[in-house]
Amino acid sequence: MSDPLFEFLCRMGDNTLVLGHRVSEWCGVAPVLEEDIALANTALDLIGQTTLWLNLAGEVEGKGRDADALAFRRDVWDFRNVLLVEQPNGDFGQTMMRQFLFDVWHKGYLTALQDSKHDQIAAVAEKSLKEVTYHLERTMDTVIGLGDGTEESHNRMQKALDKLYPYVGELFVRDDVDDAMIAAGIAPDPAALRADFDAVLDAVLREATLTKPESDFAHKGGKSGQRHSEHLGHMLAQMQWLQRTYPDATW
Amino acid sequence: MYAQMIKSTGKGVKSLDEMEPDERAFQERINAGGKIEPKDWMPDGYRKTLIRQIGQHAHSEIVGQLPEGNWITRAPTLERKAILLAKVQDEAGHGLYLYCAAETLGVSRDQLTRDLLSGKMKYSSIFNYPTLTWADMGAVGWLVDGAAIMNQVPLQRTSYGPYARAMVRICKEESFHQRQGFDIMMKMANGTEAQRKMAQDALNRFWYPSLMMFGPSDENSVHSAQSMAWKIKMNSNDELRQKFVDQTVPQAEYLGLTVPDEHLKWNEDRGSYEFSEPDWDEFFDVLQGNGPCSVDRMEARNKAWDEGRWVREGLLAHAEKKRARKMAAE
Ligand SMILES: [Fe+2]
Ligand SMILES: [Fe+2]
Ligand SMILES: [Fe+2]
Repeated sequence: MSDPLFEFLCRMGDNTLVLGHRVSEWCGVAPVLEEDIALANTALDLIGQTTLWLNLAGEVEGKGRDADALAFRRDVWDFRNVLLVEQPNGDFGQTMMRQFLFDVWHKGYLTALQDSKHDQIAAVAEKSLKEVTYHLERTMDTVIGLGDGTEESHNRMQKALDKLYPYVGELFVRDDVDDAMIAAGIAPDPAALRADFDAVLDAVLREATLTKPESDFAHKGGKSGQRHSEHLGHMLAQMQWLQRTYPDATW
Repeated sequence: MYAQMIKSTGKGVKSLDEMEPDERAFQERINAGGKIEPKDWMPDGYRKTLIRQIGQHAHSEIVGQLPEGNWITRAPTLERKAILLAKVQDEAGHGLYLYCAAETLGVSRDQLTRDLLSGKMKYSSIFNYPTLTWADMGAVGWLVDGAAIMNQVPLQRTSYGPYARAMVRICKEESFHQRQGFDIMMKMANGTEAQRKMAQDALNRFWYPSLMMFGPSDENSVHSAQSMAWKIKMNSNDELRQKFVDQTVPQAEYLGLTVPDEHLKWNEDRGSYEFSEPDWDEFFDVLQGNGPCSVDRMEARNKAWDEGRWVREGLLAHAEKKRARKMAAE
């Protein structure tokens, strides 16, 4: 295993990078103008958080890589984001469901991370939490509104939940990197955050009149980097194209 | 400009003596530099012309998201991606302020949206041109936002209060956009050979379309004369175009780029540049829907609107249910 602190920081930064990129794909084509603005705002927050996490990762690594080097010059197997965030946008409902599931986890995780013994990590968590709290307020409202809206919107949201729920479990997997972070007092035990997550999820789904899938089956392999989905490579092909085509250029 | 070829009454400007008392008081207020507010009396033509103008401006902000959105997922650094995202978000915000300003004149945002999507209302010709390289993100900010500012800064003093106030907010952000665009151009123009080539290519492609943004000469247009009397147009198209050229040519020189006009020449006596007119046939083709991206832009907007219908309906239905439940509980 490479340095667990570096791995951990890549996980944080890659989650926000990949999700931020996905959200930014909505630019200019949202269902209403207010959503264009809100989606851009979410993407902006996530890209800002990415810069903080990945710069810190580069510092910890000590090989002279900064956030841009990590974002634009690594290949799929070096990415450490969970599979959930690399899933395609689908329709607006799927995008909102993905964001909601991530936001609930993200808020819980960042809240615990504020108590990190690593001062810089605690500071990034605190700053991010303010933004993420707002993201969750919005996505919660949207999931409830569309779940308890028309028959069509309800069906679409249920379909989105069914499709994405198998990617929730990975958020709570505890592995060697987590063990090292927990032992050092740097980050919380992800498995311990599941109960709070479920409580929020259940309450929101009830109000949204949506049904949680019965199976708790979980796809894994993003967080560890062992097996990403096919989608990530296409995203990177687009995201990294300029940097890789003109490696000598500064932008 | 963002509003091009706006038609007013077409009847020519009346003198104060020819006006009924209401209209005369209205015109005198404008002449004295006063503002017209939504509840004030106004001639029908003033209202209709403003709706056309503000609506077209709003639509331009909305469609204008597309050519720049085209590069958000390919932005070369995290910082550039964030700056571009913020810019496009600003443009959506401008659209929102302007639709709100139009609504004060008694037309709904939904109606204006329908008119855009059906092709009844237009948006600025400039957004029918493609963005082909990263340098285009520089050129759009530098030239397109730059040309927009030329027209919008004077509009901060326009006679219609809500429009003038929207312009004050918008202009602050537009000048930001222009500086950011120029900053990209500087990096590109001073970068590798490939980057310099992209920068020059972007200027070559965006120069004349930027000049077209001001519209054809309107020295003899009755529409313009009326709009100027109403102070919803502050300068002639040629005046603004000249100002734009005079401001931009030295910036291009500073970048070490060549303006694609062999007749470009400083005229010492006039204290301004002589330059070639853009191809106005091309301009009218673009207005007719034959711009390089006209079909794509309209398809993208229509697709977004159609695919968003279930979302708008769903949220509306939920709001209704919530209201009904609240009423039942009271
Ligand atoms: Fe704008
Ligand atoms: Fe603009
Ligand atoms: Fe702008």
